[in-house]
Amino acid sequence: MDINVAQLFQTINLNVIMPEVILSVLGMALLLVNVFVPSKSKGYLAWLSLIGIVGAGFAAVTGWGTTVSSFSDSVVQDNFAIFFKIIFLLAAGLAVLISDQYMSREECNHGELYPIILFTTVGMMLMAAATDLMTIFLGLELMSISLYVLAGFNRDSIKSNEAGMKYFLLGAFSTGFLLYGMALIYGVTGTTRVAKIAALVTQVGGASNTMLLIGMFLMLTGFLFKIAAAPFHMWTPDVYEGAPTPMTAFMSAGPKAAGFAAMLRLLLVAFPSMIADWSDLLWILAVLTMTVGNFTALRQDNIKRMLAYSSIAHAGYCLVGFASGTATGTSGILFYMLSYTFMNIGAFAVIVLIGKKGEPNGTVMDYAGLGHKRPLLALAMTIFMFSLAGMPPTAGFIGKFYLFSGAVQAGYIWLAIIGVLNSAASVYYYLRVIVYMYFKPGEEEFDWFSVTAPVALALVVSAAGSLIPGIIPSMILQFAQQAVKLI
Amino acid sequence: MSNILSVMTFLPIVGVLLLLFIPKGSNGALRSVALVTTVVTFIASLPILTGYQTNAEYQFVENVPWIAAGPFAMRYNIGIDGISLWLVILTTFIMPIAVLSTWTAVEDKVKEYMICLLILETAMLGAFISLDLFLFYIFWELMLIPMYFMIGIWGGKNRLYATVKFFIYTLVGSLLMLVALIYLYFLGTKTGITDFSLVHFFDLKIDPATQTWLFAAFALAFAIKVPMFPVHTWLPDAHTEAPTAGSVILAAIMLKMGTYGFIRFAMPLFPEATHQFTPLIATLAVIGIIYAALVAMVQEDVKKLVAYSSVAHLGFVMLGLFALNEQGVTGALLQNLNHGISTGALFLIVGFIYERRHTRLITDFGGLSKQMPIFAVIFMIVTLSSVALPGTNGFVGEFLILVGGFESSLRWWTIVASSGVIFAAVYMLWMFQRVMFGELDNPKNQALLDLNAREIAIMVPLLVMIFVLGVYPNPFIEKMTPSIKKVIAHTRIEPITTAKVAVPAVVPAAEAVPADHAAPVQPVTEPAAAKPAAH
Repeated sequence: MDINVAQLFQTINLNVIMPEVILSVLGMALLLVNVFVPSKSKGYLAWLSLIGIVGAGFAAVTGWGTTVSSFSDSVVQDNFAIFFKIIFLLAAGLAVLISDQYMSREECNHGELYPIILFTTVGMMLMAAATDLMTIFLGLELMSISLYVLAGFNRDSIKSNEAGMKYFLLGAFSTGFLLYGMALIYGVTGTTRVAKIAALVTQVGGASNTMLLIGMFLMLTGFLFKIAAAPFHMWTPDVYEGAPTPMTAFMSAGPKAAGFAAMLRLLLVAFPSMIADWSDLLWILAVLTMTVGNFTALRQDNIKRMLAYSSIAHAGYCLVGFASGTATGTSGILFYMLSYTFMNIGAFAVIVLIGKKGEPNGTVMDYAGLGHKRPLLALAMTIFMFSLAGMPPTAGFIGKFYLFSGAVQAGYIWLAIIGVLNSAASVYYYLRVIVYMYFKPGEEEFDWFSVTAPVALALVVSAAGSLIPGIIPSMILQFAQQAVKLI
Repeated sequence: MSNILSVMTFLPIVGVLLLLFIPKGSNGALRSVALVTTVVTFIASLPILTGYQTNAEYQFVENVPWIAAGPFAMRYNIGIDGISLWLVILTTFIMPIAVLSTWTAVEDKVKEYMICLLILETAMLGAFISLDLFLFYIFWELMLIPMYFMIGIWGGKNRLYATVKFFIYTLVGSLLMLVALIYLYFLGTKTGITDFSLVHFFDLKIDPATQTWLFAAFALAFAIKVPMFPVHTWLPDAHTEAPTAGSVILAAIMLKMGTYGFIRFAMPLFPEATHQFTPLIATLAVIGIIYAALVAMVQEDVKKLVAYSSVAHLGFVMLGLFALNEQGVTGALLQNLNHGISTGALFLIVGFIYERRHTRLITDFGGLSKQMPIFAVIFMIVTLSSVALPGTNGFVGEFLILVGGFESSLRWWTIVASSGVIFAAVYMLWMFQRVMFGELDNPKNQALLDLNAREIAIMVPLLVMIFVLGVYPNPFIEKMTPSIKKVIAHTRIEPITTAKVAVPAVVPAAEAVPADHAAPVQPVTEPAAAKPAAH
């Protein structure tokens, strides 16, 4: 095969993946720099990665409003991808901010952490930007493998080891499903380009083609695992509990959004004609996911496990918006993922400060008296809890409003009702944290960790991000709206 | 001033910002700032009273775009009419009293307490002035948060249980309302409605089957807030555990949200369903009246007794609303105000004796009138207003409700409910007798001090209002009437005939005509009204 180099370069437009390039190059550079940084001052790496993340953010937003495809149509830079890239960069940035203090305390502040976070982000960005099954897979694997490492990053902790191992084994298994599904789709349609599949699906008979149906559902299984939807959620509590807390924060926001990004693009672009099939499946899973998540979370004392189950429930809410297939619901997912990034990472940032060395998995009871001793920290946690619970005037409320509106618009009224009843149940366990913070006296000699500047910055950004979009949501909603106009 | 409503509503938030700059512990300054803020808010709310034109239109309207994205357009659309006017004034009137009432009762975390109070005021005012359904919902939910903290942090022994119950109960109802609200919006978009403004939905012809469940969802949210039997169980807990100011605000203002919601939203938006649900709601209201009165009789805790009396009083309000005629609704709205004043005052009184003795058990008292004569007089007046003695505010409202009820389709319900008036006299006067009269045999009570100047100052405005409303309620009624007529016209199933009847309906004797008309007209017009809606 002779390759015309000139022609090849014409099809490559590096600008399309500029944010990914920036992060990859920086990540590799940091791996080298790491060797020369003494182990006490790995915090410098955090600031360097932060600069790279901000740079990548600028590179991403410059493309807003345009749609540019490159690498033979396997990667695209459009509003949808950019919106998600911003979410991933925010998740990565906030995770980096809260990492240094925690990792130093747990004595596992190895310099590889920051490059791996960057590589995970690259993987997630590729998933959102991919318009080819192979690129989706590439992004997914890059993200997943990095995440396995991050989950087990505290190598002296048995729980962290277990988390990494468990995540790896189950993740690899789900990747198998995904790949098998992709193979079947390719077998039926003869292409891996997402855009081309749509036309071919109708040619091969759509939903009446069993192979296609099985392929689609198998692929969905792979994504549903990544977003921790029931019944593929079993790994979540253990992995979330075992992983270092800043990484749990990152994992709960970024990869989940990435999973939704790939799933949205795939289903809305490649299989819009089969909406009846996937939307039926998704609403069943939505009900299951919400209910399992919320009702298991009710019984959790360990706050990380509680938030793990709550994150399952949140995936369920997003599936409600997804099942509707309406623009309201899908743009709701984008808005929700953005606000979820703020509120959930914010909550984990507080957890980072509450944990004690060697016993980083505090229970809800450890929060007793926080309202007296650290009023500002407690206030921040209150904002995050109310936002997660979906109380106005927080971002969480507007997000849920749009998700459930999508369901109502599509005629799934009872689905919306199950959704709101679920969020009413969820309020109980979010309130429990507040109850302990304000209404119960704390132990006198208990001292919490001081708030360092980076963590304080993360908290301020998260609190603002959980509140402001709740009061003036228009702008972000409009961005989300523009972003879901995929075709 | 065209933006007077906004200024009034957000003034308490300015107070919150000021409070943030005052260091913790300087309690005097914190209390003063909160008091000044609420007084200024009250003064700022007075021009809406003087500037109010007595007609059925929404006034002082501000309508600007707020959220516009996707299929939705929410507007910052506020204004008042005769229905919300007095509730707004009641809110701004009660708040300084509420702040004053905690002057010495709350020593701990004064700053946070005052911030909660002020945020609560903004939320309540916002809910009363919202003409946009979505905006209303935001304020409606926002109310829960400060009240949750007020009960949870400064409440009594069993506060945790009470506050969580209060929160979850009210939230479940309002979330279902949210779904109905979204559905209503999408129903509206089919006929070209592009925002959540209330007035746009009034003329929406919704088929009766859909109305049924929309009404049910709205009504559940409001019924929990009212609170109606059998969803009232959160209220005695919340009331008993809340600090005095919390109980006062709950009784005087927040419970009004429920009845206000019925007349502002549920009834005019879903007229057919309103008629369909009237027997059910009237039955529940009457059960509430009788049941709560009986339960109140056996209470040993004064505060719990007052809490149950609230349930009974609001049963009357609901009965008046669903009489769906002018007297009934006027009586209901008036009784709303009366209950705010009388029960607010009762909770203050309970607060006074609790602060002195740290007990609320009736058996711990007795003969207080000898020791505290001023207190005895005030308590007596408030008790009598609560049992609706002629000359006090309670009488006017209850009388109008019963008259309205008799003249409506709810005649038999009204007859049963009338016995509730007697029960109320029994439990209130019995309680008064056991607390105030008899032997002053408990040595702890023999050292009790009478009310001080601050406490008298708190009570005087309420006492004045008890008599003003009782003797000369006309100015209040006049401002309500046009809006009430408009709502009744909306709630009638055939608006054209009511427009003709409504003109002579000013004469009380003629009131029986539309009330009797409503029943036979209903089945005939229902299909006629439903048919054009289908196309």
